[in-house]
Amino acid sequence: MKSISIIGAGPAGIEAATVLASQGITVHLFERTASPMKNVADKAFLFPNFAPATDIVEAMGKKLLNNNIVQHLDTDIVAIARQDGGWKLSDARGESHYTDIVIMATGYEPFDAHRKEELGYGIYSGVITSLEMEKMIRYQRVENSMGERPKRVVFLQCVGSRDEKSGNHYCSKVCCVTAVKQAIELKRQLPDVDAYIFYMDLRMWGQHFEELYRSSQQEYGVRFVRGRISEASGTFDGRVQIKAEDTLMGLPLKLTTDLLVLMVGMEASQGTRRLGSACGICGEYGFAQSVDPHLRDNFTAADGVFVCGACKRPMSINDVVNDGRSAALAVLECLGH
Amino acid sequence: MNKFGFAISQGRQLNFDEMKSDKADRLLEVEPSYKWCIGCGGCTASCSAAGFTDFNIRRIHTAFIRGQYDGLEEKLRRCMLCGKCLLVCPRGVNTRSLIINMRRLLHD
Ligand code: SF4
Ligand code: SF4
Ligand code: SF4
Repeated sequence: MKSISIIGAGPAGIEAATVLASQGITVHLFERTASPMKNVADKAFLFPNFAPATDIVEAMGKKLLNNNIVQHLDTDIVAIARQDGGWKLSDARGESHYTDIVIMATGYEPFDAHRKEELGYGIYSGVITSLEMEKMIRYQRVENSMGERPKRVVFLQCVGSRDEKSGNHYCSKVCCVTAVKQAIELKRQLPDVDAYIFYMDLRMWGQHFEELYRSSQQEYGVRFVRGRISEASGTFDGRVQIKAEDTLMGLPLKLTTDLLVLMVGMEASQGTRRLGSACGICGEYGFAQSVDPHLRDNFTAADGVFVCGACKRPMSINDVVNDGRSAALAVLECLGH
Repeated sequence: MNKFGFAISQGRQLNFDEMKSDKADRLLEVEPSYKWCIGCGGCTASCSAAGFTDFNIRRIHTAFIRGQYDGLEEKLRRCMLCGKCLLVCPRGVNTRSLIINMRRLLHD
C-alpha cells in the first residue's frame, strides 16, 4: 500500500483527507500551526449566504475525527526531496517523514499591506486591512482609531492585486464580494455609518454575488465610487483623508473617513513557494502549477505530487473544498481504485 | 428650423465611425504601455496639478485616444512632468513618457 501525506490542514487538505479516509486509506495530515482551518477561523460570516465561519470550522473539525486520518499538528514541512521513488518530507524540527504520494494543500497568505506605503497601513491607525475588519465584525467591535463608533468607513479594492507595483497582475477573486459582504455586515451592526466602496472593476462572478451587490445598494445604501485611491494621509483628529478620481464625474475627489479598509489580495504562502520550488512545480507568482487547468488540475509534473486549493491560485472556500475532494479522486485514480 | 425647442448638437456625441485616430495610433506605437490603461483615475488622483486647476490627466489621455485633440495642447502645458502619476499607476503605464509624446504629436 502506498503511503499518502497531505500538507496543510485547511479546507482543501481536510476535504482531501476525508475522502481518502472514507475509502479505508490511511493518510498523514501535516499542519504548520497548532490548529486546523487557521485562515477560516478568524472570519465572521462567509459569502454569499452569511454562513457563520464557526459552523464551517466545526464541521470540518468533525471530519478529522477519523481513525484513518493521522494528524501532525505544529509540524511545519519545510523541505521536500525525492527519495527511493517516493518523497522525503522534512519538518522544522529536523524530523523526516517518508511518503509515496504528496497532496500539497499549502494555501495562500494575505498580501502584506505595509508594502503599499502610500496607503498608510501601519502609519495611520485608521487604516486597517480586510482581515482586521472581519475580526471587528465578528466580535461586534467596529471602532475607529480612538475606540469610538465610526461615522464613515471606506473600503478600497485591489490592494496588492491587479497592481504592477506589487508585482501581482492577477485578480484575487474574492475581495470584491468580500467588501460588499463586509459593508452589509457593517451596516447591519451600525446602520448610521456611511459606507463607501472604491473600485476599479467590480467582479461579482459567483452565484448570488451580483444579488448581494444589488442588495448592498438597495437595502443598505452602500455607495460605490469608481476610482482608485492613490494615497491616504492622516488628519489632525485621527481620521484618514483619501484622494482618488471620481472617474465617472471626471473630477479628482478627496474624502475624510474614520476607517479605510484595504481589501488585501491573496498571495502564495511561504510553504507553497518553498515546497513548489523544491519539487519543480512552482508556477506564476509562486503559486503551485497543475498540469492542465481544465482536465488535470490536481496533477503536477512531479511524480506522485498532487495539488489542491488556494496554493494553485486565489480561490473561494467552497471552490477550495471541492478542489480538495477532486484531488483525492485524482489520487484514487492513480492508485487504481 | 427648430420646431422642438431644443437643438441636436452634433458635437456632443462621440462618433466612433469617423474617429480621427491618426495621432492616437501613433501614440500607441511610441508609448505602447498605454494600451493597458484601465481608466482607474489613479494618475489624476495623485496629480499635484489636478486639485487646483481643471487639469485632469486621465481625461486628457482618454480624450486623446478617442481622437478628441481640441484644446489638449494648451491643457497639457500645465503638467509639470513630476512623474507622481507614474508611481501610482496600477498597470505600470509610463504616464510621463505618454505626456511628452502627446505633446510632441499635438505639436507636429
Ligand atoms: S476580486 Fe475585486 S478587489 Fe479583488 S483583486 Fe479582483 S477586482 Fe480587485
Ligand atoms: S493610473 Fe494608469 S491605468 Fe489608471 S487611468 Fe492612469 S494611466 Fe490609466
Ligand atoms: S507628471 Fe504631470 S500629470 Fe503626472 S502627476 Fe505630475 S503634473 Fe500630474
